[in-house]
Amino acid sequence: MSGIDLPIRVRGLKNVFGDHVVHEGLNLDVRQGEILGVVGGSGTGKSVLMRSIIGLQIPAEGTIEVLGSSITDARDDEDIDIRSRWGVLFQGGALFSTLTVAENVEVPLREFYPEIGDELRHEIARYKVLLSGLPAEATRKYPSELSGGMRKRAGLARALSLDPELLFLDEPTAGLDPIGAAAFDQLILNLQQTLDLTVFLITHDLDTLYEICDRVAVIADKRVIACGTIPELLALDHPWIQEYFNGPRGRAAEAAKQRNDRAERNAPSRVAQPDDGQAPGEHKG
Amino acid sequence: MRALADFTITPEGETGGATLAFTGPMTVASLGPIDARLRAVEDNVAQIDLSGVDRIDTVGAWIVWRTADRTGARILNGTSEADRLIAAISKADDNRVPITADRLPLLSRVPARVGETMIGLGQGSLEVLGFLGQFMQAIWTLLRRPTTFRGKALVHQMELVGVNALGIIALMSFLVGIVIAQQGAVQLRQFGAEIYTVNLVGRLTLRELGILMTAIMVAGRSGSAFAAQLGTMKLTEEVDAMRTIGVSPMEALVIPRIVATMVMMPLLGVYSAAIGIIGGAFLSSLTLGIPFFTFLARIQEVVPLHDVWVGLIKGPVFGLIVAVAGCYQGLQVRNNAEEVGTRTTAAVVMAIFMVIVLDAFFAVFFTEIGWG
Repeated sequence: MSGIDLPIRVRGLKNVFGDHVVHEGLNLDVRQGEILGVVGGSGTGKSVLMRSIIGLQIPAEGTIEVLGSSITDARDDEDIDIRSRWGVLFQGGALFSTLTVAENVEVPLREFYPEIGDELRHEIARYKVLLSGLPAEATRKYPSELSGGMRKRAGLARALSLDPELLFLDEPTAGLDPIGAAAFDQLILNLQQTLDLTVFLITHDLDTLYEICDRVAVIADKRVIACGTIPELLALDHPWIQEYFNGPRGRAAEAAKQRNDRAERNAPSRVAQPDDGQAPGEHKG
Repeated sequence: MRALADFTITPEGETGGATLAFTGPMTVASLGPIDARLRAVEDNVAQIDLSGVDRIDTVGAWIVWRTADRTGARILNGTSEADRLIAAISKADDNRVPITADRLPLLSRVPARVGETMIGLGQGSLEVLGFLGQFMQAIWTLLRRPTTFRGKALVHQMELVGVNALGIIALMSFLVGIVIAQQGAVQLRQFGAEIYTVNLVGRLTLRELGILMTAIMVAGRSGSAFAAQLGTMKLTEEVDAMRTIGVSPMEALVIPRIVATMVMMPLLGVYSAAIGIIGGAFLSSLTLGIPFFTFLARIQEVVPLHDVWVGLIKGPVFGLIVAVAGCYQGLQVRNNAEEVGTRTTAAVVMAIFMVIVLDAFFAVFFTEIGWG
């Protein structure tokens, strides 16, 4: 789209809370059109890194460039232009609780493009709801009437409201049942391919890493210690990486990926569509 | 100035039907202005030509798809990206659900709201009574098993409700004392009865204003805080978590707050009255020529002891009302953050209203029993 090879470029990032240094000398590149998974133990600052990149957390040192403009020394005016080009899905969905799902999707549209008429805006909100794998009835529901999985999909619909180039996802599959999580993975992958997105994805879910991530960045010791495909990471002998991918869960996820790949080769037509991603287990009881 | 999308219509070619050609970027940022014009197109469009489109996103794809769907036109010369997006959109095109929640028309909405409010008032009063009953029951359980009493929480709440309010209540009472003395003196001077300013200030603050102003202040400071705290805890499921652990929210959250308010309210009331009298004495010594200590000594002579009792008896009752309103409304919070706001407002309004109603009742009652 914009022809920028590295939509996100982080150099020498340092984040400090009081005496506690979260990041020091952290470098990270996200390439155009890839899904980058970010992993790390609890408390290693994955969310802080995301908050720094989207400008919610002002770092102590370092530079961050997103889509070619600097976040670290951006003034407000410049910032706004970039903000319309990314979408963010927070962990709990962070929907506005007094608005319906569709009204939530409309908020960014109203904010950035007031010249869009009511009718078109409603249409956009409606198809985004379906595109995120929600049933049509969810359009007019309030967040409190939705299950956790549906709330995440609604959050995704809002994140995609402006057709962003960059999508930030903070633990999208956390708290979902395995069926719902797998469906959400497929939804992200499909949307990424359809909409040509670059995705920055924080996760603990090994299945997600194996299924949809092109590369994985590992945060430990206050910086990104490695960034590459899973086979590349497995070739390193860092103890945390080995434990992470070769622990019982890591091996199970790898086995599952191989099973899926075999099944896919045998039945190549089985490609999930965005609108059948709604898992039955996700409806609120 | 950003580039905008546009379209042109070439009428009736050899293939029959008009050709609608889009040009420019077809993105969310560029499509707003042409939407209305596009809806108004009446021509018999047979082809939609996308060769002039340099960029397209889902909004552009939606508009192309919608126009094609409405006119039955074929889509030509789309890039692979456009075709992919239009294919994705076409699958998402069966949502006719209105985006807002159900709303009745104005004519039926107004009576409906009036009815709901009335029913809500009735049910609300019953529920508050029920809540009061639960509170009594919990107190009874507590009396039989006093070891479960949460002393620390009580002391903490007493500090929040009482000690932390000392400053603002002092300031308010001092000023009210000054105002009563000053305005009273102006009126009483007409009869040459300025000395009765002492009676006015002493009796009014001890009997009525001290405790009433304090109750209003505590309702604003602590009643609202109770509602907001408990409401937020309800939203974050902390209250449910307590229940599952076997901790009764009534015991852990409500009793310390209500008891603390009931204990602190009479103390604050007397304190407020005392500061009010000092305010009155201060003004009198400045403008009326009554010396400060003479004023205080006169208070002892002109204020009957039962005035102090009236203030003290009202204290715990007002405290109960303020704290019950706060805790009850807080625990009623459901669904969303807006509820916390409305419930907090409701707690303060309910508390102040009930305090004033009961104060009127007390005024008549104490006069009738001869404490006039």
